[in-house]
Amino acid sequence: MAKQGLELEITELRLGLPGDNCHSSRDKNEIKKRVFSEISVDDDQNSSSSSGGDRRKNQNNNNNNNKTQVVGWPPVCSYRKKNNAAEAETTKLYVKVSMDGAPFLRKIDLKTHKGYSDLAVGFEELFRSYGIGGMWKDSESSEYIPIYEDKDGDWMLVGDVPWEMFTESCKRLRIMKRSDAKGFGILQSKPYSNGEKQNDLKI
Amino acid sequence: MTYFPEEVVEHMFDFLSHRDRNAVSLVCKSWYRLERWSRQRVFVGNCYAITPERLIARFPRIKALTLKGKPHFADFNLVPHDWGGFVHPWIEAMAKSYPGLEELRLKRIVVSDESLELLSRSFPNFKSLVLVSCEGFTTDGLAAIAANCRVLKELDLQEIDVEDRRGQWLSCFPDSCTTLVSLNFSCLKGEVNLGALERLVARSPNLKNLRLNRTVPLENLCKILSRAPQLVDLGTGSYVQEPNSEHYMKLTSAVLNCKSVRSLSGFLDVAPRCLPAIYPICLNLTSLNLSYSPGIQGNELIKLIHHCRKLQRLWILDCIGDKGLGVVASTCKELQELRVFPSDPYGGGSAAVTEEGLVAISMGCRNLHSLLYFCHQMSNAALITVAKNCPNFTRFRLCILDPQKPDHVTLQPLDEGFGAIVQSCKGLRRLSLSGLLTDQVFLYIGMYAERLEMLSIAFAGDSDKGMLYVLNGCKYLRKLEIRDSPFGDVALLTDVGKYETMRSLWMSSCDVTFGGCKALAQKMPRLNVEIINEKDQMEENPDDRQKVEKVYVYRTLDGPRRDAPDFVWTL
Repeated sequence: MAKQGLELEITELRLGLPGDNCHSSRDKNEIKKRVFSEISVDDDQNSSSSSGGDRRKNQNNNNNNNKTQVVGWPPVCSYRKKNNAAEAETTKLYVKVSMDGAPFLRKIDLKTHKGYSDLAVGFEELFRSYGIGGMWKDSESSEYIPIYEDKDGDWMLVGDVPWEMFTESCKRLRIMKRSDAKGFGILQSKPYSNGEKQNDLKI
Repeated sequence: MTYFPEEVVEHMFDFLSHRDRNAVSLVCKSWYRLERWSRQRVFVGNCYAITPERLIARFPRIKALTLKGKPHFADFNLVPHDWGGFVHPWIEAMAKSYPGLEELRLKRIVVSDESLELLSRSFPNFKSLVLVSCEGFTTDGLAAIAANCRVLKELDLQEIDVEDRRGQWLSCFPDSCTTLVSLNFSCLKGEVNLGALERLVARSPNLKNLRLNRTVPLENLCKILSRAPQLVDLGTGSYVQEPNSEHYMKLTSAVLNCKSVRSLSGFLDVAPRCLPAIYPICLNLTSLNLSYSPGIQGNELIKLIHHCRKLQRLWILDCIGDKGLGVVASTCKELQELRVFPSDPYGGGSAAVTEEGLVAISMGCRNLHSLLYFCHQMSNAALITVAKNCPNFTRFRLCILDPQKPDHVTLQPLDEGFGAIVQSCKGLRRLSLSGLLTDQVFLYIGMYAERLEMLSIAFAGDSDKGMLYVLNGCKYLRKLEIRDSPFGDVALLTDVGKYETMRSLWMSSCDVTFGGCKALAQKMPRLNVEIINEKDQMEENPDDRQKVEKVYVYRTLDGPRRDAPDFVWTL
């Protein structure tokens, strides 16, 4: 390999944290290993690597938590990278779901649900054995009522606001026994379904 | 053979591949003449290897042309945008000489709206346009194709960023156009006129492949499927609906009618709970591409896979996890091609797939011959097991996301693992390496990879010997692309004649010098040695000892290209 003309110690490549001088235990091959230089990357542009001839200035630590990004690595074509970047913006949104009478809580990812009825199906799957069916369709006769705690710490009935607003403000969910809610007069209001709000509040 | 009438010999040539046709044309003068006049399909792997004029002079009656432009590493932004690879001179030349042109397939080529317009007007019999990883055109160009190609059968766009001009390109297909067999606009971002789309589908009885883009909602998919139950290849658009809605019910019954679908893709936006509607299709699927569907994960994904017992090709994201790959291994016994893409290329975190998933696949899918696998860790033991289980690999591309990462168990280089692959898979034609690798792996490749045609190397090797093992050993090598590896002038110059037997050589961030490249160019006049000097890294007259950042070497019959931009120096 062509040497740079610099001191050998400086060009000696090692794996390990800077200042770690103990390489007696390392494989010879690892000492000679090239490292890739730190290059700032914007993958959508054609940033060049650092100026030719001086590429071995930086150490690379395989256990480094700050991954230095290299141009064109990993070799995923730019069209695919752009598409997945768009998708990565939709992060997961896990919230706890408790159900009265169930011995433990569950977690549900609100982002995988597209609406209230979808959420209902999700609840049914989580708590199938507890007979939660029909919570939405037949709100008068269902034994359970879904409520959620919002950003302000208030407990709200699920279904009053548009879905997107709900996912943004919901911090946790509770599937409450109807009997606990007696006397609050919210029993006749139907929550959102298919984007239509039907309210028939009786106090 | 000289006693056979020419028509008979010509007919025999029809059965030959283009490589075999190249060979028979060398047998004698009359065969050369016969072959060149009867050749209808030609493949040009490097658009700068010959000029269009020379192609036309050799083959006067071409109906189908495949043309490739930029080097492969352009996919990863290693080649500047305006490097070259323009189709326009080809279309201009063919417009004059190939009035009967019917098919054009372009990969990594720059295509302008002007080119598409000229194309659409120059060839009255034009039937098929396939563009893969191309750039430079807008929906206006597509409008020209739609409007002017009267007997168009195929318009297939793959992995392209098309600028949306908000025209109604799809509406430009005239009512008289009833010949469509294949339409793929899945990579387009803009909306299309949904009514026009439905009418187009309705009047295309031969439509077999249809891939929609994200803007086509599920309701319309439903209507389209009822108009085209004969579809074989389907790419959904947006797949979002409430599971109990009327539209979803309609979709379920429309799907039941589509008994011919064998290939499924899309699901760019997806409501996983609506997936059961397509389970009936899954039973007969041979090809499934979910690599753009991060919304299908976990249990829904596994449930879907369970239905796909006849799968031969699977493209998936790594969020399938090792567990999901285990399900694939036990379900998809006929799997031949697997691609696992990274859903989060830069995250170091959750190890989505590891060597365990790959080993499971190798145990379950013994017919596997093509693999692209992005993972966070690998081991020699795993690769050795895979090599033993699947000796039929023709394409093996492994990308360990952390460059130079060793065997995560033993901390050794992965030489032995890849060595096992090349030794076991005697038919291996394409190989991509990654992880910590020394010269040893190249020794193995040179020794065992006898059929290797394309090799991709990154951050590997110790010395020139590595590259030399490959150049000396792989007789059929056509494309060699290397980045960030310590190969220098000695490796480059030891066997310069080799490069005339290859299509191209790419070296970036290696140790070759300006002087070395000059020497190569001097010794081999039929090679173009192009130095890509981005951002003025090198001054006008660089010192011979200065390292060259990017060099692209390819054989050519027509000397330095005349359309090279300023930053490309042909030595």
